[in-house]
This record gives sequence, structure tokens and C-alpha cells, in this order.
Amino acid sequence: MAARKFDSKALAKGVFSILVFLVLWEIGSRSKQWIALDAFSWLRDMLEAFGFRSKYLPWIGAIPAPSAVLVAWKDVLFDAGYWHSWYMSGARVFGGFIAAMLVGIPFGLALAVSRTVHGIGFPVFELLRPIPPLAWVPASIIFWPTQELSIAFVTFLDAFYTVVINVVGGAKSIDVRFFQAAQSMGSSKADIFRRVILPGTLPSIVVGSAVGMGITWEVVVAAEMISGGGSQVGGTSGGGLGFFIWNSYVGGSYEQIVVGMISIGIAGYISSELLRHFGKYLTPWLRLR
Amino acid sequence: MSENHVPRPVVASGEIAVRGVSKSYGEAHLAREVVKDCDFTIERGKLTVMIGPSGCGKSTLIRLLAGFEMPDKGSILLDGQPITGPSRDRLVVFQETALFPWLTTWDNILYGPRARGEVTPQTLEFAEFLLNKVGLREFRHKYPTQLSGGMQRRAELARAMINNPQIMILDEPFRGLDAMTKELMWEYYANLYEESGRTNFFVTTDIDEAVFLADRMLIMTNIPTQVRAVIEVDVPRPRRLADMVTSDRANAVKMEALAILHEEAMKSFSRGSKAAADFVEAYARRSAKA
Repeated sequence: MAARKFDSKALAKGVFSILVFLVLWEIGSRSKQWIALDAFSWLRDMLEAFGFRSKYLPWIGAIPAPSAVLVAWKDVLFDAGYWHSWYMSGARVFGGFIAAMLVGIPFGLALAVSRTVHGIGFPVFELLRPIPPLAWVPASIIFWPTQELSIAFVTFLDAFYTVVINVVGGAKSIDVRFFQAAQSMGSSKADIFRRVILPGTLPSIVVGSAVGMGITWEVVVAAEMISGGGSQVGGTSGGGLGFFIWNSYVGGSYEQIVVGMISIGIAGYISSELLRHFGKYLTPWLRLR
Repeated sequence: MSENHVPRPVVASGEIAVRGVSKSYGEAHLAREVVKDCDFTIERGKLTVMIGPSGCGKSTLIRLLAGFEMPDKGSILLDGQPITGPSRDRLVVFQETALFPWLTTWDNILYGPRARGEVTPQTLEFAEFLLNKVGLREFRHKYPTQLSGGMQRRAELARAMINNPQIMILDEPFRGLDAMTKELMWEYYANLYEESGRTNFFVTTDIDEAVFLADRMLIMTNIPTQVRAVIEVDVPRPRRLADMVTSDRANAVKMEALAILHEEAMKSFSRGSKAAADFVEAYARRSAKA
């Protein structure tokens, strides 16, 4: 199995696309207009002819330029509080995520394997699932003794749903011939569970956890904003990246808002990438097509 | 290690008797009888090939023989004992492939012994022997998706044979392979059968495959399925594909079987089957040429 060659072309394309994006953003931001370039003035005129006035549409100019963001970033880069925000959000995400895996995988497998569990558990599960995790925020603040636990709970919740749905779907889609083959070769029920259902579901668990991880980042940030930052250990920086953004907004530091947003993007990307690698390691038969 | 002296466990070949078996699917008045009063014997140590129009209920019969399902009526006996469920006595090699995609060739072959907790040095030696026999020694650490279609079928044969079943049941195992690979697989499989002398039951829709492989050929009626005719293919073994093409006996058997299949196709054609229409047309063209 040859390791995938480092693809410098793909890297170049990626860097190029990010650079173009930053340049357009910089131009748009400095021009203080919602459609920046004069070359697009015909578009501006056309939109205005249809009744769109520039005062109804957001100015890119209202958003700080990347250069200004970079300066703001440089200021917080050596600030322990900023990194503590990373740490707090990261800890919540991974805590909620790992809890979701630990509870969700066995529960999903039980739903898939046992009709009794399915009959009892699935209706309740399906009833709770459509409730968006953010709708849980007020209730969970009341449920849980500490702010920290309520954020962790909300973070856990949506990853849990995603993992369970994927595990059930994955286990149910295992080809019936695998069970028949295992049975006729003398597998016991426990053996079929361990050597057919578990590996057969693993790809879905990996996919479910990747999706779940993304959702966890979305939810943790919103939960931090709404609940006012959780534990106040370490001052405002105890609130995580979500609170970091909120705090910047309240404090009027628009550059820092964008710094917070990009930080979340990077954090989410890193966690997804870690998970992808771990997933590949767990399912070696899938990468060898 | 010499390949000849590998201590292969002595196989007690089994004989299966199917007596008055019926099987329907669906509820009450919507029920559709797929197998009706079916009677036949899979003789000990012989390679019995079942051939019939597609969709005639052959796969249903396989599920009954394997014990995945129970007949509504009648009985299936293995050496006089009724079949009550799936067992390593009657191993099924499935259509296309049912190798576990998450296991390497080697782990797939050893699945059965490990499942039963029967891994001894002798088993490992036998597994090694089979791996060589099916020509997959270089591919022992590969996953099924890394194997070609033909290799997958060979791995599957090895995975079945390591369990020393009293009877091997093969459900169109070479379906979906290209013509050349298929013919290679016939010779390969015939060779494995001739060496083992085990009872084999092979289901197919391919007349050339049936004639080449069979000791006995069971020709099935259309749905609800019954045995329409039994033909003894008394062509000596070992058989080579080249010899079979020129063998008068093999050709006579083939024509006889085709004539019966044609009659069956005509019946379902008159009931409006499109697939049968194709067969009837092809048969007419062929007899015009002959």
C-alpha cells in the first residue's frame, strides 16, 4: 500500500484560491462599497434599477479588511487569554464529542441489533431529535448545576443524534449475505456481532463522527455566546471562542470578531483532519480501492 | 513443505434428499408459490448442477438447503437427518462475492475456524495449502476490493473448503465474470472438485457451465419450480474445456438440455415473460443454423 504522494499542485491551487479570496476581501473592504470594483458598476446600476438601494445591502466595507484583522490577530497571538479560549472551546468540543461517541455508538448498535430496544428507544429518540440543540440551552442551564455542564450537554446532544443515526443506518445496511455466510461457517451471535456487525458499521461510525464533530463546533460556539461564556475561570477568556467573539462584539473590536471566526474555522478544520486520519487508520480496507 | 502431503482432513461427504418440498412467499391470497412439491437427491460425492430459467426459484431452494429458511411443506434430509438451520455441514458460496470486505484474504479464509475456535497448527497448514491451491499466496494480505473478480471467487472457494463441509452449495458463483475468466474458473473449480471428491451442488443459468461441470444435471421447470428432467453427464473426468467442445456426448447432452429448457421457456413465454422470449428467439436461430 503506497502512501499517497504529496500533491504540490493541489496545495498550490488551495493557496491560490485563499489568496484570491483575501485580495477580493481587502479590495471590497477598503472601497467601502457593497460591490467594490468599478468594473462591476453595470451590475450595481442594474440592481438599483430593480429597486435595490445600496443602503439596503451590506457593505463589505463594514467588515474589517484582512490586513486589519491580521494586525488584531498579532495583538492577541501572545495573549494567554486568547489561547485559553481555544483551550476552553476545544475541551468542550472534545468532551461533548467523546461523550457522544461513548453513549451513541452502543446505543445505536443496540437499536440496530435488538427489536426490543428499537421498539422502546426509537420513538423517544425520534421525538427528541428534531429539537435543535440551541433550543436546549435554556432548559439545560436549569437542568445542570454548572454553566460548564450545560454547555457540555448541549454540545454532546447533536453529536449524539448524528452518531446514533449513522450507526443504526450503517448496521442495517450490512448485506444479509454476510450474516448468512457467518452463520453457516458456525459463528455464534456474539461472534457475528463482534466480527460482522462491528466492522460492518465502522465506516458509518467514522462518517457519523466526522459530521458530528462539525456540528459540535457549531453548537459549542452558539452555546457559549448564549450562556454568557460558561465558567468565569480565567476571566472572560474562560468563555471559549464563542464568548471571545461575543465579547469582541460588545467591546466594539470588529477586527477581533473576525479573528475569532477564523480561529473557529481553523480549529474545526484541524479536528476534522485529525478525525479523518484516525478514521482511515480504523478502516484500512476502505482506502484501497 | 510438499503440497502433496498436507494432511487434509478426511471429508465425510453428505447426501441430501429433498422430499415434497413447497415454499410460498407473501400473505394468504397474495401468496406466490415459488417451490412446489419438489423432489430430488443430491448424490454423495457427485457434482450435481441445477439449471433452470432465471427467476425460477433456484435461489429459494438454496436458502432452504442452507437452512436460512424452512420449507412450508415436505422435508430436506442430510444423510437422513432433517435440516434445522444453517451449519458448516452445508456451506454456501454466494452469487457475486460475500467475502468480508474488512478482512484480508488470509483472515477471510480463516473466518470459519476462528468462529468455531478451531484454529490448530493443522488448520493453519491447511489454510496455507488452500491459499496456494487457489493461487493467492501473494495476495494473502490484500483486502477483497484489491482482488480481481476471479481472485475473489477463488478466495471464496478456499474460505468455504477450509470448513470441510459435507456438501458445498454454490449459487451461481461465477456470475458476472467475463467469459474468459469464467472458463478458467470452470477448469479451476472442476479440478478442486475432482481432487476433493466432496458432494457439490452447483446452481447456474449457463448451459455450457452446467454441461462442463456436472455429473448429474437437474433441469428445473419455471416457477413454481420442480425438477423437470435429470440428465447424467457421463463424460469422463478429468475434463478439459477443449475436449468438451469436441465431445459428442457433451454436445448431445447440451442439445437435450436446451430442448427441455426451450419447452420451459415456451411455457413462460405464452404467459408473457420477456426473458423467455429472448431465449425462444435465440434457440430458433440456433436450430435453424444446425
